[in-house]
Amino acid sequence: MSVVPAEVLPGAAPAVDETPATDAAELGPRARLWPSLCAVYRAQLSRARVARIPLLFVATFQSIGIMILMRGVVDGGDEARAVVAGSSVLVVAFVALNLLAQYFGQLRASGGLDHYATLPVPPAAVVLGAAGAYASFTVPGTVVTAVFGCVLFGLPLAHLWVLVAVIPLAGAALAGLGAALGLLAPRPELATVLGQLGMSAALLLGVLPAERMPEVVRFARDLLPSTYGVEAFARTFGESPDWAFVLGDLAVCGVVGVVSLAAATWAYRRAAVR
Amino acid sequence: MCAVRGLTKTYPAVRGRRGAPATPEVRATDDVRLDIRRGEIFGLLGPNGAGKTTLVRQLTGLMRPDRGSVEILGHDIVRHPERAARILAYLGQESTALDELTVSLAAETTGRLRGLDVRAARAERDAVLEELGLTELAGRPLRKLSGGQRRLACFAAALVGERPLLVLDEPTTGMDPVARRAVWSAVDRRRAEQGTTVLLVTHNVIEAETVLDRVAVLDRGRVIACDTPGGLKERVAGEVRVDLVWRDAAPLHVPEVAALVDRVVESGRRWTLRLAPEEARAVVATVTGGAAFSALDDFTLATPSLEDVYLALGGAAQQGLVKA
Repeated sequence: MSVVPAEVLPGAAPAVDETPATDAAELGPRARLWPSLCAVYRAQLSRARVARIPLLFVATFQSIGIMILMRGVVDGGDEARAVVAGSSVLVVAFVALNLLAQYFGQLRASGGLDHYATLPVPPAAVVLGAAGAYASFTVPGTVVTAVFGCVLFGLPLAHLWVLVAVIPLAGAALAGLGAALGLLAPRPELATVLGQLGMSAALLLGVLPAERMPEVVRFARDLLPSTYGVEAFARTFGESPDWAFVLGDLAVCGVVGVVSLAAATWAYRRAAVR
Repeated sequence: MCAVRGLTKTYPAVRGRRGAPATPEVRATDDVRLDIRRGEIFGLLGPNGAGKTTLVRQLTGLMRPDRGSVEILGHDIVRHPERAARILAYLGQESTALDELTVSLAAETTGRLRGLDVRAARAERDAVLEELGLTELAGRPLRKLSGGQRRLACFAAALVGERPLLVLDEPTTGMDPVARRAVWSAVDRRRAEQGTTVLLVTHNVIEAETVLDRVAVLDRGRVIACDTPGGLKERVAGEVRVDLVWRDAAPLHVPEVAALVDRVVESGRRWTLRLAPEEARAVVATVTGGAAFSALDDFTLATPSLEDVYLALGGAAQQGLVKA
């Protein structure tokens, strides 16, 4: 069907053209980090809108259900604060950890990473864009859960603004973990299992009050990044929150976030070129 | 513009596990040597599993070869695989990365990730969607489109952000004739205006014969021939293919028919024979007259196609190439 013979084309191949490597052709532009991050973020947010809204409802109802269940067990005080904070952060764990692990697991297994790997985009832009989109997507569910919990347990709503810091920082830590798990898992089923396990851990270790747990479980709780988000959030329900501790917990979240996103970026590089 | 030398990649043997049988070591590309010239449509033809996709993945920097070199426009892709993304656009077989995006956003995002700024990406997106007749589908997510439309949308994404080399892995799979025509005229336009080079992976013989300037035939990881489609067909010019379709069973009681038995490739009621022209004439005369004719349902006589070339060159798969 081609009507243009190769010989008459501009730049078509006389032997002289085949010069050695010394004058290599100019490369196309490299996509810079920030614009490509925004492009990935926007694309991921739109696909999350299409495909993930039902799951967001599931995440929110799950957390609300847990709080209603715990209502019979705890009666106010520290434990109620832990339950509300844990349930709110659980929404973040569901979407950012579990769903992102599944997404990257499937993308890797189906060869979808080839699309990004053949574009001149920094690996960090792909990972951060996706992680950011998934973390943003948890915002409505987390806010609804937190408000509902405060009303249910009679906690003050005054310091809910702290979610502005808790969601992105806990989101970064959990999304980085989720992306790394999804990209490192050799099979997509394994990525799904790891994501689910991570979420279950966030549920058990974050929602259930720590005082009643054995030493080993408390140690595991300290290892889980979502715990620090939960703690920071729970502290703000107090009469006069100790902001230094809140900041300290959030700082741990932030550091874990940086580390886990860096690990996810490394995992992406490794998965993209085999 | 693209020189491949001694490219070799071996997949290691996999030990069998429950539910997954062991596979032996496979040499997916075996000492491949190719030269692709600027501005040509160069094809890789071969049956499934011949190593076409593995070869392409090594050319696009997605896979490291065990040995050998790949040089595209003066850049060493084996040593600097990341440069491939700045020289070529790749249309792979999978669309999972774009599936949940709308056609318009898929094209725009791909353009931006190819280094275009927002305004340029949108302008190119609109132009490409218009050119391929996708404007009406722009707001639909890829997942909701038919297979051919989705393929066309992925092709559109590959075109946003011009590249001097397009690597297309079976781009027209599942497309209707209108979409195919859109693809080839878009390719031709870029060839005429920018001198774009195209590396096309296909197992579609008809398409290979019509669009390719040159073709390399791959079989079990090796290039068994490389020439223009016409040049390849000349190698088997002495042969004609005769297809005979019997109503029921072949009339073996007719001696002339019985004599052919050990030369046919049989599939159900169909017999395929590759014969010298005089022989073919004799066979057709026999079966269209006399006792054999009553058993005959249909027959065709054809000049050799690239599939015949593949078989004549000693290709291993007996019916690997698609003719449609």
